[in-house]
Amino acid sequence: MKSILKAAAFGIAALGLTVGAASAQGVLQKVKERGQVICGTGLGIAGFGMPDEKGVWKGIDIDYCRAIAAAILNDPMKVKTVSLTAKDRFTALQSGEIDVLIRTTTWTMSRDTSLGLNFAGINYYDGQGFMVRKSMNIKSALELNGASVCTQQGTTTELNLADYFRANKMKYEVVAFVTNDETIKAYEAGRCDVFTTDASGLFAERLKFAKPDDHMILPEIISKEPLAASVRHGDDQWFDLVKWVHYAMLNAEELGVTQANVDQMLKSDNPEIKRLLGTEGKFGEMIGVSNDWVVRIVKNVGNYGEVFERNVGMGSPLKIERGKNNLWTKGGLQYAPPIR
Amino acid sequence: MTTEADRGAPRVSPLYDPKVRGIAYQVVLALVIVFVVYEAATNAIENLRAAKIASGFGFWTVEAGFDINQKLIPFSSTGGSTYGDAFLVGLLNTLIVAAFGIVLATILGFVIGIARLSKNWIIAKLSMVYVEVIRNTPLLLQLLFWYNAVLKPLPDPRNSVSLFGAIFLNNRGVVMPTPIAGPNFDWTWIATLVAIVVWIVLSYVARKQQAATGKRFPANLIGFALFIFLPLIAFWAAGGPLTFEYPKQSRFNLTGGMQIYPEFVALLLGLTIYTAAFIAENVRAGILAVSKGQSEAAHALGLSNGQTLRLIVVPQAMRVIIPPLTSQYLNLTKNSSLAVAIGYPDLVQVFTGTVLNQTGQAVEVIAITMLVYLTISLTTSFFMNIYNSRMALVER
Ligand SMILES: N[C@@H](CCC(=O)N[C@@H](CS)C(=O)NCC(=O)O)C(=O)O
Repeated sequence: MKSILKAAAFGIAALGLTVGAASAQGVLQKVKERGQVICGTGLGIAGFGMPDEKGVWKGIDIDYCRAIAAAILNDPMKVKTVSLTAKDRFTALQSGEIDVLIRTTTWTMSRDTSLGLNFAGINYYDGQGFMVRKSMNIKSALELNGASVCTQQGTTTELNLADYFRANKMKYEVVAFVTNDETIKAYEAGRCDVFTTDASGLFAERLKFAKPDDHMILPEIISKEPLAASVRHGDDQWFDLVKWVHYAMLNAEELGVTQANVDQMLKSDNPEIKRLLGTEGKFGEMIGVSNDWVVRIVKNVGNYGEVFERNVGMGSPLKIERGKNNLWTKGGLQYAPPIR
Repeated sequence: MTTEADRGAPRVSPLYDPKVRGIAYQVVLALVIVFVVYEAATNAIENLRAAKIASGFGFWTVEAGFDINQKLIPFSSTGGSTYGDAFLVGLLNTLIVAAFGIVLATILGFVIGIARLSKNWIIAKLSMVYVEVIRNTPLLLQLLFWYNAVLKPLPDPRNSVSLFGAIFLNNRGVVMPTPIAGPNFDWTWIATLVAIVVWIVLSYVARKQQAATGKRFPANLIGFALFIFLPLIAFWAAGGPLTFEYPKQSRFNLTGGMQIYPEFVALLLGLTIYTAAFIAENVRAGILAVSKGQSEAAHALGLSNGQTLRLIVVPQAMRVIIPPLTSQYLNLTKNSSLAVAIGYPDLVQVFTGTVLNQTGQAVEVIAITMLVYLTISLTTSFFMNIYNSRMALVER
């Protein structure tokens, strides 16, 4: 009994200490000293965060992380990824194991307020969808009464699913797994009639199937899933930096600054471009990095549009339309406050 | 004979009295522990507050908003079930799989353990292979294997295998008719209860009689017969007050009826088969620990093989078997938390998975979960210790 008490005491003490230590020194300072940004990512989802054949992580979420590293350290490869399941991701961030969580994570009010997190930079506007076998002859999600649904636990998906069936007075059976892979395997083995997750996830996972064409995605999108980066509450400097890296990439796209032309753009007379690229003003210093931070980001990673196309858009196997993720000037929702 | 103490050695300062010193050390240690725990807890609360992370147990009564498929008590997002309800659902799912697992693993373990000592070469070697293969591969792997082995070969619900047109087997599990008790069904329960009481009394009387007169009386046989037939008679006399709700085919699944989920079956199979291998080794060791002379002496006294095993070998072997058996039971219960890998909604899956994630209150949720496992383990140990002390050698 005594040894149990002792162990418990040390456990709690260790926990108390780490929670305390996490806020003692600014994350930016730590990243500079460490020479590395530690990003929380998933276990592997095409287009968002997955290692390629050589083991290099690729994806829109990973590129956001690389852009942060580029802005601070001028090297997009100075990134360490920590793979997290949906249910463990917030604990990893709270405890200081990672600097920033960029893992197809939906910004919700409860996560923002009661988990001790701050959300920055919505890098993908998504919504939840359903996938079924074509052979079932289903045209609409409203026909799913009585179905078995496979999903991942610890997600907004689990909750939206309950809401949707409740609102439409339909019954269902839920089978919840820890990882996406387990969920997919169970769906493929016939354990479920339906697989549900963010629509982007449906597209990405369908590529993994032996016969992708046997499956279809139903037209209904049942929720709002603004996927964003998140940091610990209370470190405003770091929060600002993560937020503005995303905005910088959006502004770069809006102003036509690309990976290819960024060097010429340095000579531009356009005052907006001058402020963006640091040839005028001291905007980099305001967030604790050098003034050519956006040059570093765009040169190493690209602007938002380039990152989108390369990872999930037409330049990728996913072939997702820009849609809601287009710039506001082109009918989408991506809108960055100005750099001034 | 006189000792130091008898002569009274008041000059020895209590500072040097080992007894006093011992107590003082204990008190100091206890104080340090209390202090550390208190400091850690207040520090953690303070830090959580500073980090704007919700703390406290207020989440217990908040609506959960998600659903769970296997539930022994009503739980639904529609009915406004809370995180506290989710905890109970998970806890009951853990307990039920552990309880079934313990019973089945014990039976299988004893069979394999005895088979390993069989004089039949094939049976002995087969048991050995079983034990070695199962003990030396990770349980997680076995669980995944069983889950796939259960799911893969079964047909989808539209092509269920049906037994007697009432029980259906498909890759969503086993669906059986739900029995619905009629108004006079209580008599059957009462008859069952009466039979059990009579059985206990009978065996008590029989033991007394054998001790007094040496005459044996088949109390267990009679008790068992009563246990089977008395309820049947009561049921028949009450006019068979039982109806069934049969499962019906709908577009996706069979609806109505009781369902046993494939996740439960896979987990139970995995835990049973894995733990049985360890129990088998305990049983073998226990039996080998009883010296050969014991059975020879029993045979010399004219006891049959069965009697020798039942009256001489097993009671002595049990003394060796029970303590490690207890740890196997504890292992099985704790291993049931590997359920997460195959989507079985046990305590860990539901509570430290979904509830922890939705509420974000890691400290509270993990603390409660640890406390639950500790309680389950200590309770199991407690009962096994009682059983053990009853089986233990009575020193004369
Ligand atoms: N957006 C939802 C779901 C997030 C989620 O876990 N999505 C899955 C499927 S799209 C995923 O990204 N998994 C990443 C991985 O397992 O690597 C949330 O934040 O709760």
